[in-house]
Amino acid sequence: MKQLLILGAGTAGTIMANHLRRRLDRDEWKISIIDKEGDHYYQPGFLFMPFGIYSEKDVVKPKRKFVGNGVEYLEATVERVLPEENRVALEDGRTLDFDLLIIATGTEPCPDEVEGMTGPDWGDRVHQFYTFEGARSLRSSMRRWEGGRLVVHVCEMPIKCPVAPLEFAFLADSWLKDRGLREKTEIVYVTPLSGAFTKPVASGILGHLLEDKGIKVVTDFNIGSVDNENHKIVSWDEREVPYDLLVTVPPNMGDPMIERSGLGDEMNFVPVDKHTLQSKARDNIFVIGDATDVPTSKAGSVAHFEAEVLTENILSFIRNEPLEEKFDGHANCFIESGGGKGFLLDFNYELEPVPGKFPLPLVGPMSLLGESRMNHFGKMAFKHVYWNMLLQGRPIPLVGHRMSMSGKKLPEGVEAPAPVG
Amino acid sequence: MPEKTINGTTITVDDDGFMTDHSQWNREVAAALAEEEEVTLSDAHWKVLDFIASDFAEKGKVPGMRRMNKVGGIPTKELYTLFPGGPIKKAAKIAGYPKPASCV
Repeated sequence: MKQLLILGAGTAGTIMANHLRRRLDRDEWKISIIDKEGDHYYQPGFLFMPFGIYSEKDVVKPKRKFVGNGVEYLEATVERVLPEENRVALEDGRTLDFDLLIIATGTEPCPDEVEGMTGPDWGDRVHQFYTFEGARSLRSSMRRWEGGRLVVHVCEMPIKCPVAPLEFAFLADSWLKDRGLREKTEIVYVTPLSGAFTKPVASGILGHLLEDKGIKVVTDFNIGSVDNENHKIVSWDEREVPYDLLVTVPPNMGDPMIERSGLGDEMNFVPVDKHTLQSKARDNIFVIGDATDVPTSKAGSVAHFEAEVLTENILSFIRNEPLEEKFDGHANCFIESGGGKGFLLDFNYELEPVPGKFPLPLVGPMSLLGESRMNHFGKMAFKHVYWNMLLQGRPIPLVGHRMSMSGKKLPEGVEAPAPVG
Repeated sequence: MPEKTINGTTITVDDDGFMTDHSQWNREVAAALAEEEEVTLSDAHWKVLDFIASDFAEKGKVPGMRRMNKVGGIPTKELYTLFPGGPIKKAAKIAGYPKPASCV
């Protein structure tokens, strides 16, 4: 009996377990999945918690429930991977041997990486919404909000779901208007990049949004420290942004176990072949989801598309055949823009987000890079799709892992990407 | 796409002045782009530009601040001294690579 081991039972790991159990012979392959905690979070829902749109029950369910029959589920903390020995050491002293390993340990926010961030203001005037506890604690602060300077801030790239901080700013604008607090609140968006939007086509189409909503943007801001006493963030070139409430996205890093295993880059993300998802370190170690270093967004849609590719590649690997299925960097992300509307992005390694209709040309019903109520409904409906189809590894109708050019309208000067593989 | 001519070499750039075709880049082009950013290239600057080039070849993107520090061995303070204002953005532009960007 051979052993396939999956580290991490989040979105990517769970989908892989369910895909592979259907495809691998039960008499030949044992599949085990390990996670250090029992709660599965619908992470896109964290964005809505501070505004009271979602509550705890919308975003959390037991991990075990989504791992199908025939897969061994273990709750344990991995101490390290021993790649040379095809073995994983657990913190409790046990070891597990593997023939094939899938690393799906994701990324986590690391506020301690910024000087002063977890000081006296943390959890009071300084919050994050990238964790369940953070989103819940921010909700309490929002409920007490009476006006002042609300600063939405990104520490450094890459971050999971790169549009989430912008969405937070847009939703805050709407939420404050509904409560008659908008005029008493200054919203400031602070980014280490050169603008809130950085891709040429999207900047041209969406660039006006922040100005329209009266959101001030501070660019090229590389945070050096949080000054808790004077309630301001300070950049490396000594610029200061004062806050009454700071909603920050801390540096996002891979699991510390990756570093202990000597498998990661400087952010603890695992270098992989961006098309096959095979690790550069070992042929029998594959990586999926936020844990990889591939140059596309860290997002659930990416994990879902990658899972389709990785399943085929693992089956090829087991048969000693070349890894022929290629991932093209496809991501598909809704952006909430406030007031019950949203945008949709569909892009890959080679093509930036462009306008058009999705998934069907002319019909849609979603609009790419266009603001619509339908896009917002799509985002809200996605929670059901996530819990009931995506985690189980069921195909989503009309949306394949390979990005489709159908329905996309390429602006002048933007070339269609060459097909991958 | 706008075009620019530097010492007889024509380069194509995006609306923000970042080169769109790295094969058009050379050290003279870099010096001219640096001048536009009010930077005079020294060996210390070249260490940064060379690291961006080797890292881009490996990772397919311009390295972030943490990677510059940990892998390139160049401290943040030094980067600000060499390329005041926006070190990564300016260094990427001079090195002939795309603007560091998010997904949208």
